[in-house]
Amino acid sequence: MDASQRKLLIAPIVDNNPITLQILGICSALAVTTKVAPAITMSLALTFVLVGSNLIVSLIRQHMPSSIRIIIQMTIIASLVILVDQVLKAFAYELSKQLSVFVGLIITNCIVLGRAEAFASKNPPWPSVLDALGHSVGYSVILISVGAIRELFGSGSLLGVQIMPLTSAGGWYEANGLMLLAPGAFFIIGLMIWGLRTWKPEQLEKPDYRIHIVHRTEVL
Amino acid sequence: MIEHYLSLLFKAVFVENLALSFFLGMCTFLAVSKRISTALGLGIAVVFVQTITVPANYLINEYLLRDGALAWAGLGSVDLSFLGLITYIGVIAAMVQILEMILDRYFPALHATLGIFLPLITVNCAILGGSLFMVERGYDLGESLVYGFGSGLGWALAIVLLAGIREKLKYSDVPAGLQGLGITFITTGLMAMAFMSFSGIQL
Repeated sequence: MDASQRKLLIAPIVDNNPITLQILGICSALAVTTKVAPAITMSLALTFVLVGSNLIVSLIRQHMPSSIRIIIQMTIIASLVILVDQVLKAFAYELSKQLSVFVGLIITNCIVLGRAEAFASKNPPWPSVLDALGHSVGYSVILISVGAIRELFGSGSLLGVQIMPLTSAGGWYEANGLMLLAPGAFFIIGLMIWGLRTWKPEQLEKPDYRIHIVHRTEVL
Repeated sequence: MIEHYLSLLFKAVFVENLALSFFLGMCTFLAVSKRISTALGLGIAVVFVQTITVPANYLINEYLLRDGALAWAGLGSVDLSFLGLITYIGVIAAMVQILEMILDRYFPALHATLGIFLPLITVNCAILGGSLFMVERGYDLGESLVYGFGSGLGWALAIVLLAGIREKLKYSDVPAGLQGLGITFITTGLMAMAFMSFSGIQL
């Protein structure tokens, strides 16, 4: 694996993360992260769909008429998602109930169509698979860490194992209900972006207006 | 009867707001909310498409896909519900295309305003999510019409409100790391908190 291929795999994890920088695939990052287990399931499902769709799109890229390529890509993605959905319903029915409509919504997860369109339709299969793996890991890292924070502070447990005993069960930790609700998810991702951009200043966005601090000698 | 529909409409717009409590359509929600005028255009397009696609997908599910739906054709034992996802996304893509052609032909002014947003809507998860929720909750035709309209309206309301806040927010002194995406997430979180006060209200 040479340097450019390694870059394909590593760059989307921090430097070009799909969720915190490219604003792709946010719906599921917020919706399935109240606990760690569904976040892991969702990450695996997305990895499968993304790698599969990038591989197939890249294999047939020279036979795809460009005027109907979006429809072809959508069909490939939808077929893979149906496969995942049926497998989950058959072997992990409880988890599939918890994820509710969000497995189906992988079809409209912008990461999948975005990578098929921007990368796989122009590159050979092996780099496309690496690119897909890189983006899946970048997505999974955010998803699982948000899930871990929300489950730990919202219900005092990780993967269902009680770590901080709740006051309602005679322990010392008072569960923070906000973590389990919609606003909590927004705050956590917002703060994660803040932390990430403080660490990697090249990801900062330029403000639309510069605030000019007036020195007292200018007023006089 | 009317009360039932009104209550469903209220629930779809405020209590179960697609953007703020189910996080649907977030990518477009965050990316296209810098100005009120564009947010309003996108919002209207979503209401339009949602009101058409949810009932259309209801009819397809009821008469073609669900278990035993093909009984009218003598195929009572056929269950095509596994084709649901691919069918809904196809219907949505086709509806958006047809809508675009109709608007172009009969309402050119509206087409000029909404034109660029229509293709975006095909991959907006709020639209597909609306259809999937309709199936999961087993609405009938009238209910799915009301639900489609209400959920679209709720999404449009949320994006216009966020755009209003962001238009003012760009003049404020935001910490460098929160500039742009970060502060938008926090703002949306505060909006979601405000919308939570609607929960539990029954008409």
